[in-house]
Amino acid sequence: MTFRIKPAMLKIAAAAWLLGATGAMADTTLEFTQWWEPELPAGSLRAIMDEFEAANPGIKVTLVSGPYATTRDQISVGAATGTLSDVVGLDGAWVNNLNAQNALADMNPMMDASKFDKSQVADIIKVDGKAVMFPVASFVYPVFVNLDLAAQAGVTKLPSTRAEFLDAAKKMTHADKNQYGWVLPLSLQTPSGVQNDMMSWVWASGQSMMADGKPALEGKPVVDMLSFVKSLNDAGTISPGIATKTEQEKVEEFVNDRVGMMIDSLAHVNLIRKRNPKLNFDLIPVPVVEGYTGKRGLPYASWGIGISAASKHQEEAWKLVQYLMSEKVNGKLVSLANAFPGNVNAKPDFVTSDKAFGKAFEIFKTGYLANEFTGLPVAEDLMTQFDVQAQKMLAGEQSPEQAAAAAQKGWMAKF
Amino acid sequence: MTRQKRTHHRLKRAVAPYLYLSPSLVIIGLLMLLPMVTVIGYSFQNSAVLRRDPSFAGLKHYQAIFDDPVFWASLWHTLYFTCMSVVFHMTIGMIFALMLNSDRINPTLRNILRVLYILPWLFTAVIIAVIWRLLLEPNGVVNSILLQLGIIGSKVEWFSSPRTALHAVTFANIWAGYPLFMVSLLAGLQGIPKDFYEAADIDGAKAYQKLIFITIPQLMPIIISISLLDFIWTMQVFPLIWITTGGGPIYATEVLSTYTYKLAFSSYNLSQASASAVVILLISLGLTLFYIRYQKAR
Repeated sequence: MTFRIKPAMLKIAAAAWLLGATGAMADTTLEFTQWWEPELPAGSLRAIMDEFEAANPGIKVTLVSGPYATTRDQISVGAATGTLSDVVGLDGAWVNNLNAQNALADMNPMMDASKFDKSQVADIIKVDGKAVMFPVASFVYPVFVNLDLAAQAGVTKLPSTRAEFLDAAKKMTHADKNQYGWVLPLSLQTPSGVQNDMMSWVWASGQSMMADGKPALEGKPVVDMLSFVKSLNDAGTISPGIATKTEQEKVEEFVNDRVGMMIDSLAHVNLIRKRNPKLNFDLIPVPVVEGYTGKRGLPYASWGIGISAASKHQEEAWKLVQYLMSEKVNGKLVSLANAFPGNVNAKPDFVTSDKAFGKAFEIFKTGYLANEFTGLPVAEDLMTQFDVQAQKMLAGEQSPEQAAAAAQKGWMAKF
Repeated sequence: MTRQKRTHHRLKRAVAPYLYLSPSLVIIGLLMLLPMVTVIGYSFQNSAVLRRDPSFAGLKHYQAIFDDPVFWASLWHTLYFTCMSVVFHMTIGMIFALMLNSDRINPTLRNILRVLYILPWLFTAVIIAVIWRLLLEPNGVVNSILLQLGIIGSKVEWFSSPRTALHAVTFANIWAGYPLFMVSLLAGLQGIPKDFYEAADIDGAKAYQKLIFITIPQLMPIIISISLLDFIWTMQVFPLIWITTGGGPIYATEVLSTYTYKLAFSSYNLSQASASAVVILLISLGLTLFYIRYQKAR
């Protein structure tokens, strides 16, 4: 009996081993670290990965998901220790550091080898000539206007220039009723207000905070922007508590009819509607300097994607990147995220079904994506330094020129 | 017993205590000493953590932080925040403990007060920070009450103004931390023999004299122990300051913990952040040694 069972068991074990071994040889498992999964509807990113796996037999994708900040730290450590996942979700602010660590693969050779149509992508982020990141989904930052407050204040034409914005902000401000024209979050905890709420004024007018790859904060565009923000503050149009205000608080104030205008991510449209279904608001592009008629730079934050330089499966990783950047899949992903596509041909479904998103999509199409912090070294630190100088200016400790000069000095030390 | 056996037996006896201690020694080594030594090592390296082949930097990073005026401002803010917190924790804790220990207060009211006074201790630092942000925001309850009472003429930006921010976070921390003193001192008060007070009564001592000559001397060991511990803990407070002000406005509430955090996770300068962390460690170590010496002396 014993002698009969043993050969049978051995045969089964051998067959199982063979099956497993061939399976293991056939399957490449890609690790994909990102913070997108928790921000998307449950199971939706996994479903896209399942479709990718079905379209690419032999490639499996393991999603490593976490909140944004955790993912950032995880990627920094992974880059240092050479354990970065094959495919990584990236924020433009990180790529310079990661590139300095030689952690990101140059996707140029992959694009050439696969004859990838570069014209279909909205942007390719390059550092030192290396293509290190594609923005997969972009969250643009237009100006949200509370139409009821505007109407009550007699603002019939929504502002298109800085002067019109200042005028509208003054009209909408009634400090005795806790109502202000604009809101500026400059908390040092998350200094992204510098990028989204301050530098966006510069980019909107087709201007730049850089010159020849170096900071140019003492130039006219940045000094003018600082003077403009100071004039809004001096006129008492900015909601108080600027120095500790966070982005969430900014949105809350807008939702509760306490501010007339704010620059904010389009991703918050649904949140705003959920918090206050009666809020009557519209979206406009960030106003420009007098006389500017060119294309408007549209500030944005993005979900970027890149490939680890240490990955042993770069060919397969590139397939996944291509898949996510393809017209159909990209359109599907950004529709789920309420974002704008990384593929210029993709059209998210919400732009036809939702008026606000449709308007924002028009702004998006007539302008260009602008975020000069993308690819800069220690971008968050640069924002913090600028933030401190802006706070000093708003506290009356220095002029816009002095703030710009002090920030320039601090930034140059990082370049 | 042969000589060899005796030696073996002696050796066994000598090693036995260390064997018993070894599990805890391994845990302490892995969870405390190893990270500490690693951070100290990072502080002497260039591009620590971020590069696989960091070079030796000597004392460069210590020099850099000592040359940074923001570091000295942070040190001063830390000392102010810590000293004020400890003094007020102790004062408020003592007043409340005396109140809860007094026979003159109705027992039911005393029990209600006992629950109320201990409430701040039940909240996490994040909740405390959110509560005080809401209360002290320019359109918050505190400003509204102070305006109505005519104490202030216009809204004060408690956390956003460089003039008031450090006092505001210190106040929030005082509110959050006094129950530790209160509970410890209350336990101490209940341990003071009644005879002392009866003898004082016979001698005609007044209430304040009993406080100064009996209560405080009897509580002194507790006061010193808890003060030292509170000093060490308060020096390292991070979430409350980070969530309320982020170290701002400008650098008004920058303390050593937020300064170190920004170096590590905003500037990605983990070497300098490690040097700053080592400075905090040395200050804490000094206080700890003082605490241990005090405990031994007792």
